[in-house]
Amino acid sequence: MSENWVEACAADAVHKDDVMRFDHGDRTFCIYRTSDDKYHATDGLCTHARVHLAGGFVMDHIIECPKHNGRFDFTTGQAKGAPACVDLKTYPVKVEGGKVFLNLGS
Amino acid sequence: METTKRDYSLTGLESKLAEERGLANAEWYACNISRARMKELLQRRDGPAIRDTIIWFGLMIVSGTLGWLTWGTWWAVPCFFVYWTIYGSTSDSRWHESGHRTAFKTTWMNDVLYEIASFMVFRESVVWRWSHTRHHTDTIIVGRDREIAAPRPPNLWAIAGAFINLPHGPQELRSMIVHCFGKLRPDEKTYIPESEHHKVFRNARIYILIYASAITWAIVGRTWLPLMYVGLPSFFGQWLMVVYGLTQHAGLAEDVLDHRLNTRTVYMNPINRFFYWEMNYHVEHHMFPMVPYHALGKLHQEIKADMPRPYGSIWEAYKEIVPTLFKQVKDPTYFVKRELPSHVKPMPAPQPA
Repeated sequence: MSENWVEACAADAVHKDDVMRFDHGDRTFCIYRTSDDKYHATDGLCTHARVHLAGGFVMDHIIECPKHNGRFDFTTGQAKGAPACVDLKTYPVKVEGGKVFLNLGS
Repeated sequence: METTKRDYSLTGLESKLAEERGLANAEWYACNISRARMKELLQRRDGPAIRDTIIWFGLMIVSGTLGWLTWGTWWAVPCFFVYWTIYGSTSDSRWHESGHRTAFKTTWMNDVLYEIASFMVFRESVVWRWSHTRHHTDTIIVGRDREIAAPRPPNLWAIAGAFINLPHGPQELRSMIVHCFGKLRPDEKTYIPESEHHKVFRNARIYILIYASAITWAIVGRTWLPLMYVGLPSFFGQWLMVVYGLTQHAGLAEDVLDHRLNTRTVYMNPINRFFYWEMNYHVEHHMFPMVPYHALGKLHQEIKADMPRPYGSIWEAYKEIVPTLFKQVKDPTYFVKRELPSHVKPMPAPQPA
């Protein structure tokens, strides 16, 4: 994957055990912060019904879709059962100078 | 007045119209609630559902055992009435909550209860998981929602029949047999992804095997007893599910993108709330389906100022539902218009695709 780091938000803008929406161009992403201060990023829309996952609920490493309760492991993107059957795309994340960056690749 | 009959099938003209009118997969109204408070309400717990499930199975074991001990006497009648009602009716709410995977915190507990409750309520678990997913995407949108209990004009005989699972039960049995042979109906293909089809076929074969075993046991043993525990309760025990279930949407608006207008919240006593697993807070559930059943009462308190007035009891809801259904037989365009509080703006009209 080629490197295309994009500044997304301040690191403290995402609460622990929570998720935040980040729009870039015509794309939308989710940025997650775990209870042990690790950051992750995925595509922002549920692969089942294109609902914004940022309105969902974070439980450990799981994001639950607010509309149909589909679940994904946001560290790997893996769909965890119906109605979520297609994995989410994940993106590398780094935190520098108190800011979160996503590598959107080429 | 001439009655106009809409096409409620998922493969007909109304389905295309719903898409064209922006009613399919649309954005729905949601009351404003802070993220912090919502996170508190969303916290999952195993404790309440484990407690409730032990009580629930306990009631079935006690009533079922008493039915067996009193078999052949009139005392068996009330025992099996209780067993059938718990088995055939209150399995609906367990099916529902575990289907959303919000009943327990632990995923496998939700999934085990979901499979058991699906069997009890006579619904194929995979088919109905996807059907219910669609119900939440397109609640009471004609041509999109398969779970509209009272299509207009309502068929009053079908609604009365539902109290003993008619005509749904035989239709479901026919579907199970079709699925056993590895086939799906055309409408099922519209909401069940292909990757799930093999699970539908597998589960249908398991269901049929269990029912065939119970029937064989009854014939060989020359006794109704096996069917008193499996099979018959899924028909003759469903009356209470209908009493609860019709309060959800019957007689309210179709084709709106605001659950406050097409769904009821009904206050119920603690016994009914136990058996219905708090689904009486149905507007709240539809608006925020991630909130577990044990937090719906608190959610109701948070957002009730933005909601229409809740119904004070099941009786109050039926005082509206029954006359409305009779009226809709003659005038299918009639429906109950829920009044929003004056300070609340209704959801804007959908944008056509």
